[in-house]
Amino acid sequence: TCLSKGDGFHYPPCHMLNLSGFRILIDCPLDLLALTIFSPLPCDVGIEAYGQNDQNPIQKKQKLERQMTPDDLVCAEPWYKTVKALHLWEASLIDIVLISNPMGLLGLPFLTQHPRFCAKIYMTEATAKIGQLMMEDLVSMHMEFKRFHGPEDSSFPCWTKNLDGEEVPGVLKNLVFGENGDDLGSWMRLYSLDDVKSCMKKVQAVKFSEEVCYNGTLIIKALSSGLDIGACNWLINGPNGSLSYVSDSIFVSHHSKFFDFHGLKGTDVMIYSGFSCLQTAEMTENDCISTMRYIHIRPSFYKDERLAASLLDNEESLGELEKLAFVCSCAAESADAGGSTLITITRVGIVLQLLELMSDSIESSSLKVPIFVISSVAEELLAYTNTIPEWLCEQRQEKLISGEPSFGHLKFIKDKKIHLFPAIHSPNLIYKVKYNYYLRLWQNRTSWQEPCIVFAPHWSLRLGPSVQLLQRWRGDPRSLLVLEDGISSGLGLLPFRPISMKILQCSFLSGIRLQKLPTLLSLLQPKIVLVPDVINQRINLSTMKTKSILSYSENKTLSVGRIAENADVEIMAELATKLSWKKLRQRENFGVARLKGDFVMENGKQRLVSGLDQEESSGKARTLRHWGSVAPETLLESLVKMSVTGSIEHRRDENGAEGKSIIYITDPSGGMIETSEMGTTIITDDETLASKIFQAIDGILDGI
Amino acid sequence: MAIDCLVLGAGQEIGKSCVVVTINGKKIMFDCGMHMGCDDHNRYPDFSILSKSGDFDNTISCLIITHFHMDHVGALPYFTEVCGYNGPVYMSYPTKALSPLMLEDYRRIMVDRRGEEELFTSAHIASCMNKVIPLDLKQTIQVDEDLQIRAYYAGHVLGAVMVYAKVGDAAIVYTGDYNMTTDRHLGAAKIDRLQLDLLISESTYATTTRGSKYPREREFLQAVHKCVAGGGKALIPSFALGRAQELCMLLDDYWERMNIKVPIYFSSGLTIQANMYYKMLISWTSQNVKEKHVTHNPFDFKNVKDFYRSLIHAPGPCVLFATPGMLCAGFSLEVFKHWAPSPLNLVALPGYSVAGTVGHKLMSGKPTTVDLYNGTKVDVRCKIHQVAFSPHTDAKGIMDLTKFLSPKNIVLVHGEKPSMMSLKDKITSELGIPCFVPANGETVSVASTTFVKANASDMFLKICSNPNFRFSNSSTQLRVTDQRTADGVLVIEKSKKAKIVHQDEVSEVLHEKDHVVSLAYCCPVKVKGESDDVGLIKQLSEKISETVSCADEIHESETCLQVGSFKGSLCLKEECVHRRGISSSCSEVKFLCCNWSVADLELGWGIINAMKQNL
Repeated sequence: TCLSKGDGFHYPPCHMLNLSGFRILIDCPLDLLALTIFSPLPCDVGIEAYGQNDQNPIQKKQKLERQMTPDDLVCAEPWYKTVKALHLWEASLIDIVLISNPMGLLGLPFLTQHPRFCAKIYMTEATAKIGQLMMEDLVSMHMEFKRFHGPEDSSFPCWTKNLDGEEVPGVLKNLVFGENGDDLGSWMRLYSLDDVKSCMKKVQAVKFSEEVCYNGTLIIKALSSGLDIGACNWLINGPNGSLSYVSDSIFVSHHSKFFDFHGLKGTDVMIYSGFSCLQTAEMTENDCISTMRYIHIRPSFYKDERLAASLLDNEESLGELEKLAFVCSCAAESADAGGSTLITITRVGIVLQLLELMSDSIESSSLKVPIFVISSVAEELLAYTNTIPEWLCEQRQEKLISGEPSFGHLKFIKDKKIHLFPAIHSPNLIYKVKYNYYLRLWQNRTSWQEPCIVFAPHWSLRLGPSVQLLQRWRGDPRSLLVLEDGISSGLGLLPFRPISMKILQCSFLSGIRLQKLPTLLSLLQPKIVLVPDVINQRINLSTMKTKSILSYSENKTLSVGRIAENADVEIMAELATKLSWKKLRQRENFGVARLKGDFVMENGKQRLVSGLDQEESSGKARTLRHWGSVAPETLLESLVKMSVTGSIEHRRDENGAEGKSIIYITDPSGGMIETSEMGTTIITDDETLASKIFQAIDGILDGI
Repeated sequence: MAIDCLVLGAGQEIGKSCVVVTINGKKIMFDCGMHMGCDDHNRYPDFSILSKSGDFDNTISCLIITHFHMDHVGALPYFTEVCGYNGPVYMSYPTKALSPLMLEDYRRIMVDRRGEEELFTSAHIASCMNKVIPLDLKQTIQVDEDLQIRAYYAGHVLGAVMVYAKVGDAAIVYTGDYNMTTDRHLGAAKIDRLQLDLLISESTYATTTRGSKYPREREFLQAVHKCVAGGGKALIPSFALGRAQELCMLLDDYWERMNIKVPIYFSSGLTIQANMYYKMLISWTSQNVKEKHVTHNPFDFKNVKDFYRSLIHAPGPCVLFATPGMLCAGFSLEVFKHWAPSPLNLVALPGYSVAGTVGHKLMSGKPTTVDLYNGTKVDVRCKIHQVAFSPHTDAKGIMDLTKFLSPKNIVLVHGEKPSMMSLKDKITSELGIPCFVPANGETVSVASTTFVKANASDMFLKICSNPNFRFSNSSTQLRVTDQRTADGVLVIEKSKKAKIVHQDEVSEVLHEKDHVVSLAYCCPVKVKGESDDVGLIKQLSEKISETVSCADEIHESETCLQVGSFKGSLCLKEECVHRRGISSSCSEVKFLCCNWSVADLELGWGIINAMKQNL
């Protein structure tokens, strides 16, 4: 009953399920890493910027040495890469969309734009709110590009033409066209703010553990996954069994609500889609998994921090908090040295924790470093996060009880330690908009002050204020750039080279570690587990107690058979008491009854309720179906009791075996009865005689 | 199975709400309040009815508090700490956050001002709140294997919920206090259409029907405005949470609009602190407030200041919110003592005042003097204004909710007996739902829904979900109706789960061979005129549809004719075994060899008779 489709892991996986006839899409992300093929706003080239498009081919010819240069990047209004295989689906055939975290929401407007799209969309309230803010932010950052490149007319991306050439580096090509060269179709232009709004209007927001019923058949429930505020796993209960979808989860979180084990226990099918555990697994093979009981499952976090200049990879299992503290201390260090810090992380929970820690540590030290949060939605986001205690972890809920705000930033904003700005050129944050960095027209007129610590999107280093700031500080060896893992390895930093800033790459835990998976499975005890094939190759799960483990792979449909043999039907007690039971003569153990009622589907349960037309109940009903066989002698005997007389004649068929027997009825009127193994036929034109005979047969045979 | 509803408190009265419901053996206690008007042992619900030995942990599965008012949560520390209940206690996030404030405030008033012995200590409150498990709206919590609870938004005060509880197939809703209309800061109660066996509803205003609240809001604002404009002091005794915030929002807004500079005071830091909670719990307020909060948090009151004791005698006009409400004790009563004698001043009483309090005395009639608790008398010359809007639903709201949920039974609590009785009559006569008004200590028993579980075969389900269209030609248009009735056979084998199968499958399930019982008769028919076989069949089918009522669809083919399971074909044999009596010698007679099953017994005979007449 299950059909699933997995997609890459840098952005959350995307699945399509087919469950009891309903098509369910889980998550609809955007591959924002692919953005790196575009060049950021051309600031370096200053006035020449507008002419850059024309120069590109000439320059490229000179670069036969295949060295990637910033100029290789596409200089155009960026398009966005969506999930490729999703376009193969007819949007109108999707019945339900489940969004498990804000990142998985980013691609949704592309889908809802579709005129025939009519699915129900479910997500948690916090996911909806945070996701909406992220989309709005994305759109507003994108506006800068739009203003720069001017309106684009053609519906076909002209930038792809330039990429077809021989001299284009392979990395780029791969990103654009995919390995098989068929990815081009997944590139889309960004949606507009209106699209976001109309998309969000279609969303039905739910709370954790709220049961929503789709079409009376499926009961859908969101359970906290701990990954981020509002992120969830899904539990779907249908008449044919239960299914759980476990996405990337974190067992113990310092901001969002913990992973909810109890709800996920004992489902029929569990789809595990934690791809991010693969990345983590590579680095921490030295960890041993001890026999942990679930209450005590404390994930040991891993840490992979590279300071490009000095520190080499150091593999350590440190707590997430230590990692954050480390980031803080690095920032403080560089501030001490007179450099600024740019933090491009956009994961809401982590930003909030960092903000809190950072301002705490700055307050305790003697440093006077302002913190800036530059984002079009910063104010709204930070205000929102302090009004959602229900979605946070227990420690933060305790704060509510004691009357403190859930996150510490409120106080600091009031004390003017943290400053919020919608954009880098906000009137208060002085900055000349002319893209003329060389003139360094930064003015220290109002609040802007260096060194400072800036939180700015976007993590792809292509959009938003982070670009300008990076341009500004990249030459400063005292400054620090804090990145999310995976950016610098690719094209991310290319346009900013040469770069002498210190770079701190931190990857925060973003899923269940591979070693934890067996423990998790033995705890949840699903009957069938579906895991991505890559995981199945990596880890031996066959020792598990669960009944079966199936692996699925990208773009391939996997069918999972029915688990429950027969579906349950509930019969209303009022109806059940009205039934007229018959005990079978041949088999003492059995009782049978005819059942008539209205069949309804309610709350995922099939029910029989007493219908309106309960016309002929018990007494009048006639036996319609018989089984067994009639011995002619016994039949005649009982007929005689009813004063019907006749004689028996046995007939053999051609093979000489016992065939038909015929009873000729002579009194009260003419008739005969043909009986064999297969059946009995009453032959007469006398209605009363026929019913008498029938009564006699009924007395001999079991029937209903 | 039955549902027993034992009312421990708030039965035919208001105060000390406490209802214990037993559903299929599970005992759930809803609310655990204290009576504000009583000083003696009657203050608390009589828990001893539940368990003589005091072993509440094994008696009660869980305890659910609907909101933080004292008459709903007041007895909680007593019950958990003194009576020793250790089971789960559920309340919504705001209730969990705000209840300790209410309890602490009340405890302080009782002990410090009235000099009573302590009923529970601060430590009691703290440790009792530690046992509380917070609930979110609509979050479905599985308390144990069978018991499931869910909270719905109730309006009334911040964090007030209605509680849905389900054990097996039996389900009830306990409303707590609720409000069916949106007010300044809270939304209206919202609940799904549920199948309920029992609805336990409050009925504070069982007979009043209120119109729009805006005129009454204006009335209140004008009364306060008139008072301060005349240099008087306005006292608004209220509890720290709930009404205080609503009225303050109203006043703050009005002050802003009218540009009034008269200070608004809150008597204790408590209310200021409470505002802080309100700011954080924005998500529990009305949609309107939620939308506004990004730009301006409506609980950031601009004109509100702290009040100091010395300000009681300070000259000049002011507005003061003082705790506790109902003027039952404490600071508000003290201020009242000082301000009541001046005719310039105003006392605005919001909400309900429990019988026995000074507030109640002021509201019932126009007393010139009032006895305070310690025997002193106070001249009342100030104006009294009763704030006529309330966060409780009115009679119409109760009726609407009842109609919406249409439960099988209703129990009314939390109201005054006469009006409850009239509401009961209304419900039984208008909605035809049995309604009960139990007094404290009484139990109401109602039957509960149960479903019998059975396994269903695929074939049965398939046939059930196939639409069964009936086409009927009424005079002008074709009418299509879908008459789906599940028709199956229930098979029970000893010590096995019941199975529902389609009738074709029965014998298979029983490992028996089918035995078909059918009827047959080779019926003579007279040939009219010179028609051939096909013509004869046509004639017959016309005849049949004319005379036999239930023969809707007649299928004809060359020499055969079929109606339901009735099959007839022209018999060419000279000596058909199914023929009786009449010889085939007559040339004008042809024979139709007929065969039909028992299911179509009447139909078969009808056709035979019709053909016989044709002879």
